[in-house]
Amino acid sequence: MGLSKESTGARAAGTELAIEKKDPGDFVLALAGNPNVGKSTVFNALTNLHQHTGNWPGKTVSNAQGYCQRQGQGYVLVDLPGCYSLLAHSAEEEVARDFLCFGGADAAVVVCDATCLERNLILVLQAMEITPNVVVCVNLLDEAQRKHIEVDLKKLSALLGVPVVGAAARSGRGLEELMAAAGKSARGQSPRKGGVVIPYPPVIEEAVKKLMPPIENLCGEKIDPRWLALKLLDSSGLTLELALEKKLGIRLRAQSQVRQALQGLQAEWERQGVTPESLRDEIAAGAVRRAEEIAAQVVGQGQNGYSQRDQKWDQFLTGQATGFPVMLLLLLGIFWLTITGANYPSGLLSSALFWLGDRLRELCQACLSPPWLTGLLVDGIYRTLAWVVSVMLPPMAIFFPLFTLLEDLGYLPRIAFNLDRCFQSCGACGKQSLTTAMGFGCNAAGVVGCRIIDSPRERLIAMLTNNFVPCNGRLPMLIALITMFFAGAAGGFGGSLLSAVMLLGVILLGIAMTLAASKFLSQTLLKGEPSSFTLELPPYRRPQIGKVILRSVFDRTLFVLGRAAAVAAPAGLIIWLLANITIGDATLLAHCAGFLDPFARLFGLDGVILLAFILGLPANEIVIPLIIMAYTSGGALVELTDLTALRALLVENGWTWLTALCTLLFGLMHWPCSTTCMTIQKESQSLKWTAVAFLLPTVCGLGLCFLVATAARLLGAA
Amino acid sequence: MKPLQNLSRLLPGQSAAVTGLNATGPMRRRLQDIGLVQGTMVKCLGASPLGDPSAYLIRGAVIALRHQDASSVLVDGQAV
Repeated sequence: MGLSKESTGARAAGTELAIEKKDPGDFVLALAGNPNVGKSTVFNALTNLHQHTGNWPGKTVSNAQGYCQRQGQGYVLVDLPGCYSLLAHSAEEEVARDFLCFGGADAAVVVCDATCLERNLILVLQAMEITPNVVVCVNLLDEAQRKHIEVDLKKLSALLGVPVVGAAARSGRGLEELMAAAGKSARGQSPRKGGVVIPYPPVIEEAVKKLMPPIENLCGEKIDPRWLALKLLDSSGLTLELALEKKLGIRLRAQSQVRQALQGLQAEWERQGVTPESLRDEIAAGAVRRAEEIAAQVVGQGQNGYSQRDQKWDQFLTGQATGFPVMLLLLLGIFWLTITGANYPSGLLSSALFWLGDRLRELCQACLSPPWLTGLLVDGIYRTLAWVVSVMLPPMAIFFPLFTLLEDLGYLPRIAFNLDRCFQSCGACGKQSLTTAMGFGCNAAGVVGCRIIDSPRERLIAMLTNNFVPCNGRLPMLIALITMFFAGAAGGFGGSLLSAVMLLGVILLGIAMTLAASKFLSQTLLKGEPSSFTLELPPYRRPQIGKVILRSVFDRTLFVLGRAAAVAAPAGLIIWLLANITIGDATLLAHCAGFLDPFARLFGLDGVILLAFILGLPANEIVIPLIIMAYTSGGALVELTDLTALRALLVENGWTWLTALCTLLFGLMHWPCSTTCMTIQKESQSLKWTAVAFLLPTVCGLGLCFLVATAARLLGAA
Repeated sequence: MKPLQNLSRLLPGQSAAVTGLNATGPMRRRLQDIGLVQGTMVKCLGASPLGDPSAYLIRGAVIALRHQDASSVLVDGQAV
């Protein structure tokens, strides 16, 4: 999901981070931490921003920054992507490391999960090796308390030598103390106390001793010399050396003093039989061991975050017999609630909006504006907007919060866990099911989310196939079509349940197509073996229902709707103009639709439907409204207060169940919206792959529609 | 001491101590990042419904590893 103002739409594509201080005296605080420890929650609470939060690792994929003030002092907060280590093996880790190292952060706040402190301390120690100004925020104390885990914060602070603040960011506890400590640290008033951060075995300590003097000569005090020496020993520090060269103009390894020291060391290692690999292992193990030692002294014995209850839930939600049925039932339940819940407000909204439209028309007419202007404003722009709002808003406003609840609970990683085998056999990464799930919210956000996948090949596969799951803009379209043509007749409880079952079927088809397309790609254009990955299954957390509803309505629903409306107004205008400008013996609309018609009929559609899909490129939400507009704009006014009347209109215009089915399939599988295309271009840096992303679902959709339409015609079913 | 085993052989509920890593490159680092170094105790929690991947309790966190990756983590033979 990862869907909010910051991560959806055009802004999804932004990756560069330029610090925006309001005042030169502002301090820059970097928020670092393992994935899924509540960094974004801390960030939001402090900055009053709405960076999307959810209970799964990796949902913050790019740096976000925000601003806050305490006692007249301004702070720029930078929310770094979550990572397990600062040894920089992946793009996110590199971003985090370089920011701590060169980003000009005055202090680093490392957020930890109190229920899993030992693992989190590894990152704390690594951050402390880079910079002395570190504040540790032990978050999720409320969860820890619930699980009877006690953390001795005083002792932790004494052992680490830096300030430690306990917090429960979701309820705002501890945040003021955190800001006070961070402010002090940024002023340089609480630098780390004590000896070396991480002690290493003699072979490494001796090498560091030899490397430090030349490094100190070259870099001075700007960057911790001990840390730089360690990076020289750990050849994965190459990217750092490149960054050093760019930022400070120093080519460390090329300097004669450093080179000589390294050569001397290498000769010695060879004699002793020490391999570079074993050095890297010892450096990595050093942080892990030290974290273990510290955790043993501050966390009670045998207490860990994965409780008996979590384990029972996991046995149920990912169990061999129950995992899949529960997953399907949950999805079905969500769809059923969405469909049932959306029905009534949808009718109500459209009645109200169309009543308002009539008043608008009277007003326009009374003001003696020319009839064409009234038509353009009321029948063109206003009507399209009204359709977008009444058809799209209710399902979105119900689906989003429900999905967010599952997300907050921590269910999404379990879906990834359940489905991984399928993705694995398609040569794809298991995390692709997370990005696929994000696609339900917004495909553009899903594409950005693909950054959590390390292998470039698997990331491309995930990006190219993300569009096979319908985003929230397309979901209401699918619901409307299913309700009108396939389930509506049943009515009542049975009807809505039938709709939900059918919608589930469509979604499963989308997921099956995702897998098939992934398999196709990994056997043709993107050949390769599935790479390794680790997936963390976070503890279940109690969602904050009130907050979820508020946030999902305001951040997601209204935002997405706003975007749709912004596109719908000009598109409505175009449709109205096309329908009202006559050239020769027919309107422009008739010409366009007529031109597309023979082609569209091959696939069970008609010219108007295809035209609506083409005009809907900027936002899929407007496809159905545009179809309605095209059918009604030229002719008499039709009162369309509910889906039954809508169905009658469509049937009048030649729709059969086959037309509906093909529109449904094409709605599921066609080109990504323009925002998604731009995002793919930005993320892949390649026009070729963007073209593939455009063509892949389109060809699949057209192919399937053609098969269905042809089969139905041959069998005489339509 | 029984011969060396790897993590993928652990049955649900069994624990063992890590003796080494067979993985190379980025995966080796990633396994170290989540705390898999010599001596780390790992408990197998169970497999996913389709049999792969499996979930392991590592330093208080639950991490899913594919069979192939788990078999690159060597553990001592004394599963408990």
